[in-house]
Amino acid sequence: MYLVGETTHGHHQIEMACNTCHTSPFGGTEVLQDACVSCHGEELKAVSDSHPRSKFTDPRNADRVEILDARYCVTCHREHQEDITGAMGLTLPQDYCFNCHQDIAEERSTHVGLGFDTCASAGCHNYHDNLALYEDFLLKHAGEEDFLAINRRKALNSLQIYLDLNNPDMLEPSDVVVPDWIAVSTEISEWHSSSHQQAGVDCQSCHQPDEQSDGWVESPSMEVCASCHAPQMESFMLGKHGMRLKSGLPNMTPDMAKIAMKPDMSEALLHAELTCNSCHNPHDVNAMEAAVEACIGCHNSGHVNSYAASPHGQLYAQMHQGNLELKHAVTCATCHMPRVEVIEENHRVVRVNHNQNDNLRPNEKMIRSVCMDCHSLAFSIDSLADEALINNNFTGRPHHHIRSIDMAVERDSQIEVRDDSYQ
Amino acid sequence: MKMQLKLVVPVIALSALLVACGEKETGGIKPEVYTDSLFAVMKADRTNYTKLIVKRLGPKGAGVIKPDEHWQDMENGAPLPAQMFRAGAEGVAELTDNFTYSLQSLWPVNKQNAPRTELEKQGLQYIVDNPGENFYGEETLGDVTYFTAVYPDVAVAEPCVACHNNHKDTPRTDFKLGDVMGGVVIRVPL
Repeated sequence: MYLVGETTHGHHQIEMACNTCHTSPFGGTEVLQDACVSCHGEELKAVSDSHPRSKFTDPRNADRVEILDARYCVTCHREHQEDITGAMGLTLPQDYCFNCHQDIAEERSTHVGLGFDTCASAGCHNYHDNLALYEDFLLKHAGEEDFLAINRRKALNSLQIYLDLNNPDMLEPSDVVVPDWIAVSTEISEWHSSSHQQAGVDCQSCHQPDEQSDGWVESPSMEVCASCHAPQMESFMLGKHGMRLKSGLPNMTPDMAKIAMKPDMSEALLHAELTCNSCHNPHDVNAMEAAVEACIGCHNSGHVNSYAASPHGQLYAQMHQGNLELKHAVTCATCHMPRVEVIEENHRVVRVNHNQNDNLRPNEKMIRSVCMDCHSLAFSIDSLADEALINNNFTGRPHHHIRSIDMAVERDSQIEVRDDSYQ
Repeated sequence: MKMQLKLVVPVIALSALLVACGEKETGGIKPEVYTDSLFAVMKADRTNYTKLIVKRLGPKGAGVIKPDEHWQDMENGAPLPAQMFRAGAEGVAELTDNFTYSLQSLWPVNKQNAPRTELEKQGLQYIVDNPGENFYGEETLGDVTYFTAVYPDVAVAEPCVACHNNHKDTPRTDFKLGDVMGGVVIRVPL
């Protein structure tokens, strides 16, 4: 198939499903906008997008729109334009903030002399998501110790909530029924100490999902997993591991990846479809393996390969040796598949976000979702701005200092202290 | 999906055209009646939110919600009345193109909410200089001509005054109850 230009790293997996974005052959910018919003709209709302479309559909900004039509995603993120595509899929020069904020230095003395190509530098501003970067947040977390005294990481509780609500029968190996011709001793042994066993999920639950049928399914599909783990499947399909499924394409395989995969991967593994079982052993459902070993088995970068020797990796090793509580171990998933709390039927449910791209870029999105569970805001901002430190998986201290908190504190100290609370 | 209010705006346009030609008006809604009506709904909703929710459930009432600028970052945070008003404007922008509205001020906490068009500047100054009066005009923005109305936004409760006088980004710190603090700008394409 002929493509008008190379597809960005964000969309290359679905480039053969043209109609995911080009939903109508006669559509223009509005049609493309609908396509962008259909996949990215919810995440923008979730982060209180700082520049929502409604700001620019207001006619008072018509003159600004003539210069930069920010009503449409494709004004800044044009697809198939490899020659002009930069970080974050941006296809504009980085100083675009100038168009609306050219007088910022008059308003903020701290900004005098700063170039408009530095606004979006790590730790300063983000066009869409400023949840960890807005001024009052910087002030609130100024002066914190680099390593926090408490670990704010949320504990997973969805299994316990399920058990409390459903009180399933505790199954034993003698309770399970499998066809005579199947040898399952290892699998049953693994299953016996798993969360599936606790939840009353037996062999037939997955291998004979259709109760009306007596057929045994050797390799249950992802739909079987999703029948109980719908939220996990939903988030999986939003990330690069599962996005092809959302577009109706066959599963992703490691050989499709644009980023480096391990050079010694077998042909079988290179062409293996990514499913739930790629990372999770379906019988012992060992989440720790899925949180580290599964990732390292495929991914190959300085960051990945430095993990084991890094401070985070060492915490994981100590946990394995029994010298550290599980909650203090930092795995790949700790940062890349963060735990999220949602309220469902009056329960605060904490579960894993299986969209590993959700907080990946720009990396400031990790600050609140992950880093600040253990570190100060300043330490997090500085670390994420240090590419060498990222590459060695945070082995050492940041070599850069981003002044955003200093600037907020400096400005605050110049203003008369007033009580601005709503009384 | 945007709602289509197809009947309303053509009637306004026709009405404006007939009036301009000196013809007897045959019906429809005058633009200022249309915007006055919209403003009445906005004002009533805002007053109700302030009295029935913020005052009743906030620190001066049951104390179960915390009205705060950064309400989304708080467990029991609730939008300030002005933020609730803006949220309404953003919600409307997602539903229809047939009118837009915004809350602006000559002394905005957020500089982006200062008047931008000449008519906005003229209108906001007019309602400050002429307490109790509204301002109406027409302006062309882009390729579209709009009927633009500006309504005074008056400090009706002490928290409005205190919050604006005390906010670190405010350019004015001497607001009093009853002052015109800003204006609601409603725009209808003609």
